[in-house]
Amino acid sequence: MAHAAHPAGGQPGITGDGVTAPGPTGGPPAPGPQAHPKTVLEAAEIGRALTRIAHEIIERTRGAEQVVLLGIPTRGVPLAGRLAGRITQVEGRPVPHGSLDITMYRDDLRLRPARRLGPTEVPAEGIDGKTVVLVDDVLYSGRTVRAALDALNDLGRPLAVQLAVLVDRGHRELPIRADYVGKNLPTSQQEVVRVLLAETDGEDAVLLEPAGAAARPRGGVTGRRR
Amino acid sequence: MNRHLISAADLSKQDTLLILDTAEELARVADRPIKKLPTLRGRTVVNLFFEDSTRTRISFEAAAKRLSADVINFAVKGSSVAKGESLKDTALTLEAMGADAVVVRHSASGAPHRLAGWLRGSVINAGDGSHEHPTQALLDAFTIRRRFGRGAGEALDGLRVTIVGDVLHSRVARSNVWLLHLLGAEVTLIAPPTLLPVAIDGWPCSVSYDLDAALPKSDVVMMLRIQQERMNAAYFPSVREYSRRYGLDTARLGQLPEDAIVMHPGPMNRGVEIAAEVADSPRSTIVEQVANGVSVRMAVLYLLLGGLEAGK
Repeated sequence: MAHAAHPAGGQPGITGDGVTAPGPTGGPPAPGPQAHPKTVLEAAEIGRALTRIAHEIIERTRGAEQVVLLGIPTRGVPLAGRLAGRITQVEGRPVPHGSLDITMYRDDLRLRPARRLGPTEVPAEGIDGKTVVLVDDVLYSGRTVRAALDALNDLGRPLAVQLAVLVDRGHRELPIRADYVGKNLPTSQQEVVRVLLAETDGEDAVLLEPAGAAARPRGGVTGRRR
Repeated sequence: MNRHLISAADLSKQDTLLILDTAEELARVADRPIKKLPTLRGRTVVNLFFEDSTRTRISFEAAAKRLSADVINFAVKGSSVAKGESLKDTALTLEAMGADAVVVRHSASGAPHRLAGWLRGSVINAGDGSHEHPTQALLDAFTIRRRFGRGAGEALDGLRVTIVGDVLHSRVARSNVWLLHLLGAEVTLIAPPTLLPVAIDGWPCSVSYDLDAALPKSDVVMMLRIQQERMNAAYFPSVREYSRRYGLDTARLGQLPEDAIVMHPGPMNRGVEIAAEVADSPRSTIVEQVANGVSVRMAVLYLLLGGLEAGK
């Protein structure tokens, strides 16, 4: 279920869908006046962050000539497309971009019913000898990225792999870090970071929801981290 | 999804589309330098074939191996079954070996259903007597959907499928009628009256004896094999006469609409139900069906075994 919220009782050790999970069933606080989601990034700020990341990619990769952008479904894919568009604007040359589904490489497959696969579209030029920039919406435990590295391994041998994320919310469980970060967002593990993008959700925003927030726009997020 | 795949009639439209969409993604693995996914590492799939089969067994084996499962091929010749072991004792043996899935083909209709009652793992029907062959129907639906340019999430609404031949003995026909009807296709069965089952009235399809009249109105023609091994009586006067009335030759191929396709589940009797030139024509999907079979079976194995273990 690439774009659905985590079903109850599951354990999303890693997330690839912009929704990171709140804490266990330890009696979440009753939704009071404070329990409303807080907007941490608005549309314009997301736009500026992506523009900055695009410039950083060009700078770090010396013109992004050998760069392939691969978004991790669901919301990494439109982000990769937007970054490619911005790099093209600056450099005047198309940048190959695609998607990399990591479902079959997850380390928590056996903890939940089999999920629907997302698309994997690798640009025709392949990834051998290229600098692959993985793009995801939220960096949390790092398990998604680990799975993506495994998936890349089966697709070819890139010269280098880098990671770009819109939000880094901390709480890493693996030795993984991002090369390009839109916003560092200190969170507690009980909170939920929700990324909304125009392509998938009709609007651009990053929301921080306190644990046990009552009204949720898309499904309930009831998973639990290990 | 259920825990087992015994019958195409058990599948909901949603399940079916999930299998086809998953197969569409998994088909790309075949184009990659490393044709393997780690998803079913540590899972054991047993191929239990009481009847001869080349392509189905190899197809399941390839599918399981591409998903990194361990595959045990249990060939009945030379096994304890040849010494008289019962299906139940065989099942208990497999259970003790820790089989997570058993792919079973049996000459008796209903054998996979019985097996499912004895095993903790998933049972996948790879053909039982003249009952069902659900993965064949899934791969046929997948092939049709691809050939007619329909993408993920789309069904087969409005397509006219004509299934020709030995419907009586054909588990492929039975599974296909249910599944293609579920997906919105209009199915017509064409066969000599002797090769139609008695209870055909209950099937969601129309029936005719006239192949030539049906061809111009068919988007898909699926030719069934004349199953000599199941024919213990005279169902038609001679093979030549059958071939003349119900075989697909080049003249009949010309009567089909321009974008129509010709399918055959294999193995073919060239010159009987299908002429060699037709089998080798670009409209024939016979080779594609084999390749698609691996993708569809990967999808079934993944969806049955890839997630939470059943019953937990």
